[in-house]
Amino acid sequence: MNIVVCVKQIPDPASPGALDASTNALKREGKLILDESDAYGVEMALQLVATAGAGEVNIVSMAPNGETSGMRTALAMGAAKGLLVSDPALAGSDALTTAKVLAAAITKLGGADLVIAATESSDGYTGTVPEQIAECLGLPSVTFAKKVKIEGSVLKVDRQSESGYDEVECTLPAVISVTAGVVEPRYPSFKGIMDAKKKPLDVVTAGDLAVTPTGWAAAGQKIVNVTQAEARKAGEVIEDDGEAFGKIVAFLENLKLI
Amino acid sequence: MAINNIWVFAQGSGGVATTGTLELLTKARSLSSKVTAFVGGDASEFAASLGEHGATKVYATGDLAGKLPGVALSAAMKSIIDSGDTPDVIMFPQNYEGRDTMSRLSVKLNRTVLTNNIDIADTADGVVATTPIFGGNILVATAFSGQGPHLASFRPKSFVAEPASGGTPEIVAVAVPDLGTQGGARVVATHTEQTTGPKLDEAAIVVSGGRGLGEAGNYSLIEDLAKLLKGAPGASRAIVDAGWVPYSYQVGQTGKVVKPSVYIAAGISGATQHMVGMKGSKNIIAINKDKEAPIFGIADLGIVGDVHKVLPKLIEALKTRS
Repeated sequence: MNIVVCVKQIPDPASPGALDASTNALKREGKLILDESDAYGVEMALQLVATAGAGEVNIVSMAPNGETSGMRTALAMGAAKGLLVSDPALAGSDALTTAKVLAAAITKLGGADLVIAATESSDGYTGTVPEQIAECLGLPSVTFAKKVKIEGSVLKVDRQSESGYDEVECTLPAVISVTAGVVEPRYPSFKGIMDAKKKPLDVVTAGDLAVTPTGWAAAGQKIVNVTQAEARKAGEVIEDDGEAFGKIVAFLENLKLI
Repeated sequence: MAINNIWVFAQGSGGVATTGTLELLTKARSLSSKVTAFVGGDASEFAASLGEHGATKVYATGDLAGKLPGVALSAAMKSIIDSGDTPDVIMFPQNYEGRDTMSRLSVKLNRTVLTNNIDIADTADGVVATTPIFGGNILVATAFSGQGPHLASFRPKSFVAEPASGGTPEIVAVAVPDLGTQGGARVVATHTEQTTGPKLDEAAIVVSGGRGLGEAGNYSLIEDLAKLLKGAPGASRAIVDAGWVPYSYQVGQTGKVVKPSVYIAAGISGATQHMVGMKGSKNIIAINKDKEAPIFGIADLGIVGDVHKVLPKLIEALKTRS
């Protein structure tokens, strides 16, 4: 069972986001970290390979600047090796180009029995890349997986739906996107972190993969305007003195809702 | 560019068109005189309401027989486009089926996608879609460049559904082409979570709980309050991820968008991901012990206090009234 997990390295969500004044793109300066959403996919992959008893978990990612710290986190959790596609020409790529690049990276690793991605990234949340990768690779896919197991060559997934969930069966190889909370991601151990520094992490360009980077020039989209939304004003804020519930009752009464 | 031909990814539920579908059709007919609804399934029961909201033609695939919609419907759309009906714009709902279908189609057509939009316009810059970022504080307008079809998805409640005078449109049956290995996934069983009371995205009052509740067992306070107010209980992503309540309770970027008369946020700090889903509420009441919590920045009434103390007293007070 060989599994490739697609991960994204993003600015720390704890610090407020900002747009670059010249390109209107999300600023990605400074240290990037492994998107928390991707930790679930890495954990899921490690568990599935452990259950299968053979195979390995590999990591692919795309970045314009050679950043690998987030990928090292995934290696520290237990992944075997990584492949980063890093190319300044990829800055400003749309989701479709991202999917083409990641699909080519997966192919370069020799393909996989299963490709795992998060349902969407925490910074850009376009949310289309996993399904686009499946289409690029000509594979079946199951998105929004909240429970995953493999029996022989059949993937069994509980797929989240608007009103509950569907049980889906799928032949391998396949692509899945996993929801947050699907498994509890492990923390890398000290040994894992030390080992990760020695694990193979290749860096290639888009050209090495024979993918034409579109970048800003030909992304198929162009930001034309950025405006402040009409702000909602804060109302009354009070400290609870034991009687604050009365304020809520009065508020609802005033609206004739009770 | 002028928009002359729009498709809307249309969905039905229990024999009626979904509200989201009617919202998109209403917007589509303001942009183009030719509006086609594409239905992945049987459209006969609700074609009249699609027509009433602006569809002049309906494509329908019939039952998908367990195929996952993304791969099947994108293939059906591609085959129609190949046979000569090429839309300028295809509007998708921001939900599972819309997202999957749009993603697959973008690769088949080699076209970019713009997701999470709340508006679309035909301008001098071309077709421009608007999406809120940073919790809705900033609006980014993005123009499609190059050739259509332009693929865009829209968040629920971005537009208001209004009927017009259109008649029942022509229904054209479309076949799902052979999907080969890509069609290797099948739905073998469907599970529906039972809920009582009003639907979360339609309720006049929504009471949501977050991590501040401390533990899963305390969510009953949220359910009790929601029931007393004849509202719906909701949740932040944090407690859905923690497994306290099912995903169908989630309000936010990756959950439901709600716009009730009153939204009560209890023990929710107000992460960007949550605010996007509820800041359109008419009135917001927040209870949180951290007075610096971002939720207080948008609340009409903010209570800095312990939800474990405030909620039981509030519930008791409401009970004595009823």
